[in-house]
Amino acid sequence: MRLIADNLACERNGREVFQGLSFSIPAGDYLELRGANGSGKSSLLRILAGLLPVAGGSLTLEGSDAGLPLNQCCHYSGHQDAVKSALTVRENMDFWATMYGGAAVEVALAEFSLEGLADHPAQILSAGQRRRLALTRLLLTPRPIWLLDEPATALDVTHQEKLVALAVSHLARGGMVVAATHGDWGLKPARQLLLGEA
Amino acid sequence: MNGFRAILVRDIRLSLRQAGGAGAALAFMLAFLVLIPLAIGPDQATLSLLAPGLLWISLLLAVLLTTDRMFQQDYEDGTLDLFNAVTLPLELNCLAKALTHWLTVGLPLALISPLLGVLLNLEASMIAPLMLAMVPGSLALSLLASIGGAVTAGLRRGGLLVPLLVLPLYVPVLIFGFSASSGEASSSSSSSAYLVLLAVTLIAFVVQPWASAAALRAYFQ
Repeated sequence: MRLIADNLACERNGREVFQGLSFSIPAGDYLELRGANGSGKSSLLRILAGLLPVAGGSLTLEGSDAGLPLNQCCHYSGHQDAVKSALTVRENMDFWATMYGGAAVEVALAEFSLEGLADHPAQILSAGQRRRLALTRLLLTPRPIWLLDEPATALDVTHQEKLVALAVSHLARGGMVVAATHGDWGLKPARQLLLGEA
Repeated sequence: MNGFRAILVRDIRLSLRQAGGAGAALAFMLAFLVLIPLAIGPDQATLSLLAPGLLWISLLLAVLLTTDRMFQQDYEDGTLDLFNAVTLPLELNCLAKALTHWLTVGLPLALISPLLGVLLNLEASMIAPLMLAMVPGSLALSLLASIGGAVTAGLRRGGLLVPLLVLPLYVPVLIFGFSASSGEASSSSSSSAYLVLLAVTLIAFVVQPWASAAALRAYFQ
């Protein structure tokens, strides 16, 4: 499996964010996006997730199983946690397990040590715990591409290491990770893409 | 279909646990109906004459009051982004949201408001026909309101915009709903009005998923 971007361009509200971006990610590789604020890291992740239109160039996923569209091969974890405060931790994840067609809620919660909070409303979670709950979604159902926007924000050292370990085993299984980050969060990038200020 | 049911269950839970859902709509309707006799005087014959129309207006406003939240929360907390990555089409997702709104707000109000007609000296014989017309009518109201809710999902203070967008669409529901519930139950004009009301509801049922989903997709750019 290989994700190929050829001469990719992004436009938001008529303003060109970037253009002529080409890269190729083979299975098992981690691509790190670096760049100043506003250089288009988040926009690129949203394009990959199918949340923004491709303004120019092309984006192809070679060798995906059963020809699934790109957006259904991706787990996108953005700045927003998509956690409902009024639902319990388990209800939040049960909902997404059903939506994604996964089942491993208990296992996934345990990976981010949230099992003790499972029956409490998500309202009481701290920022880091909400983040962990959002990241739990990555484990609900296996999808080859993880798109992470500032994945380590608000995480403590233990869970940052946990996330890195999960990402490493995801890569070892032939997955791909694309993450936008400003600092080193522990995962060694096979390749780096520096987005310039537009 | 599992996803469809999951959205229904989740949204009904959210609506019951959060302020501003069904309870707020009911309280609003009650306040509205209590104020009417103060505004138009205590003459029982006048009140009784105006009661069916005022009950329809109160239903319509109470439904509108609760629609800006329908998609806004999902937009703001990032849930909408993730809905893009699931197999359930966005259209069905929108339909589930409108049905949840109807089950938690529209339907309870349609069943309760004719009973609240007591406050307006509504004739007892009018209660059943009003309920009968308000049940499908409120479904149409919820469906149409959700289109407005989807259009304004990403706008702060969008709540003020929804009525402007949706009220014109409510005109047929109001006209046929009112005439279906005001005449004699057996008269042919009210039964044909009832059939038109059902037709309007069915049209809303067909149009809503596409219109709402198209409005939400416009936010993905």
